[in-house]
Amino acid sequence: MTTTHASAVDIDALLEVCKRIRRHIVEMTHSAQSGHPGGSLSATEIFAALYFGGVVRHDPSNPQWERRDRVILSKGHATPVVYATLAEAGYFDAELIPSFRSLGTELQGHVVRNKPAGVEMSGGALGMGLSFAVGVALGHDLDDLPEDEGQIFVVVGDGELNEGQNWEAIMSASHFGLHRITAILDRNHFQNDGPGDEIMRIDPVGDKWAAFGWGVQYVDGHDVAAVRNALLTARARNDAPQVVICETVKGRGVSFMAENPAGWHGKGPSDDQLAQALDEIEAGLT
Amino acid sequence: MTTTPAPPPAATREAYGPALVKLAEAGYDIVALDADLSASTGGNKLAGSFPDRWFTVGAAEANMISIAAGLASTGKTVYAASFAVFMPGHCFDQIRVHIAQQRMNVKLIASHGGISVGEDGASAQAIEDLALMTSLPGMNVVVPCDAVEADAMICRAAEDNEPWYIRLGRPKLPVIYTEGAPFQLGNAHQLRDGSDVTLIACGLMVEPTLRAADVLAAEGVSARVLNMATIKPLDEAAVIRAAADTGAVVCAEEHNIIGGLGSAVARTLALHRPTPMEQVGINDTFGQSGPWQALLSEYGLTADSVVDAAKRAIARK
Repeated sequence: MTTTHASAVDIDALLEVCKRIRRHIVEMTHSAQSGHPGGSLSATEIFAALYFGGVVRHDPSNPQWERRDRVILSKGHATPVVYATLAEAGYFDAELIPSFRSLGTELQGHVVRNKPAGVEMSGGALGMGLSFAVGVALGHDLDDLPEDEGQIFVVVGDGELNEGQNWEAIMSASHFGLHRITAILDRNHFQNDGPGDEIMRIDPVGDKWAAFGWGVQYVDGHDVAAVRNALLTARARNDAPQVVICETVKGRGVSFMAENPAGWHGKGPSDDQLAQALDEIEAGLT
Repeated sequence: MTTTPAPPPAATREAYGPALVKLAEAGYDIVALDADLSASTGGNKLAGSFPDRWFTVGAAEANMISIAAGLASTGKTVYAASFAVFMPGHCFDQIRVHIAQQRMNVKLIASHGGISVGEDGASAQAIEDLALMTSLPGMNVVVPCDAVEADAMICRAAEDNEPWYIRLGRPKLPVIYTEGAPFQLGNAHQLRDGSDVTLIACGLMVEPTLRAADVLAAEGVSARVLNMATIKPLDEAAVIRAAADTGAVVCAEEHNIIGGLGSAVARTLALHRPTPMEQVGINDTFGQSGPWQALLSEYGLTADSVVDAAKRAIARK
């Protein structure tokens, strides 16, 4: 069992994991010539911290382990970062990655439950992940799972918070006294149609969450050590559901994507762009 | 799970709460959810004996459906109840992705189906829910004709891990299955045999359809009557057999004529055995306020309508 609860984690190793995840993201969206690189690159440190920073208790050889923590991608279009992470974590063979979005592949465009093993919830229709987490938490409470087991981490997009169902779920998580849930907001400030502040403003988003009875932390979403610490803090809190608001850049790590985030919400790079992206990722440019 | 003989009229929705209690007492790992309509659905009856097994999420149907899916992912058998206008009306996408696509063990209990809701009027009258739900791959869609059959369906649904949509109603109806319902998912139940025409009904139209068969019999017309309680998966064999044996078919339902039982039967006949067919249903229009019996008359959901439709179908042979 590869449950990791390490008190100390090699940050350099985490940075290397982030590079590998980013490489997979640009390569798979290049192979598919579609997919969502921008909102995957912004969430890279979040996924690296979850799976490689000792936050999530999981076992790739036993994905259905009943006492596992669950990571739920509510912004269900950001599959590249999920598949990259699950492959690196050993859930499936990375050689499958180029099949992303092709006919017959397990690596569907938007998340599909158990495809591959490790994907906890089908998504792609925005706004449903927090509600699903509320159901999981209610089930775990009914089964009397210990507080430090069966934790649920839900990665939510900021554009996604336009969907009213999120707020139904946020209200109900505190109403039901559910403490296993940690929401992770990938606050990259862009949604499909453009800048979030122009499309539909959500600030002061942390205050809103707090008003609904959640514990709120703010963190630089590209400081993988800081993200890890915030997630571990949230994981340990048993008094209220928690949210970690990760300030991020859509397209982070690839200059032409980060400079034009609205243009890189949902398309794959060309051959030349892929080469440039891989160089920049290797160099660790931001 | 037995019934007392000659029970008084009862609404199909009245079966829900007692069935939940029965299942919980029998040890089924069930959880029931409501969305601020629990006194009307009867779901709150579970809270009396099993308070930890019942949750109300407030008036938030989308949240309820995704919560149901999350609960089901932890191994629970989940019942989620609301009115048919709100579920699927407020949460079709959640049902589509989280229940149907994930094939979750969630039983959707849609009370107050059809125009027989009565005085609340058009916004409260679900005439399109069967069309929505039968369009979802893998969804079992059933409509009981009385409270006994409703009980049988609700209990039967707990025996598998599949998604179900069980449409219940508000008004008290005469009990047809006084000696227990023979409900089997996907099987038509023949209430009466006949040779001139087959009358296929579901829900509250079963009882007037039986009366229509009596009227026809008095006029020398022999009508077979099928209770088609399962809209999906449809008992196509029974439909084809009816067409072959009687040469004319009538469908009667408390739903829009587009997308419900009649549509499913028409599709089966067109593909396998083209046969004169007539429909009794809501003729692609919305309802209005009124006493439920007056509404059924206004929109032609009566024994007389079934008799007329049978004569038209027979005339087209």
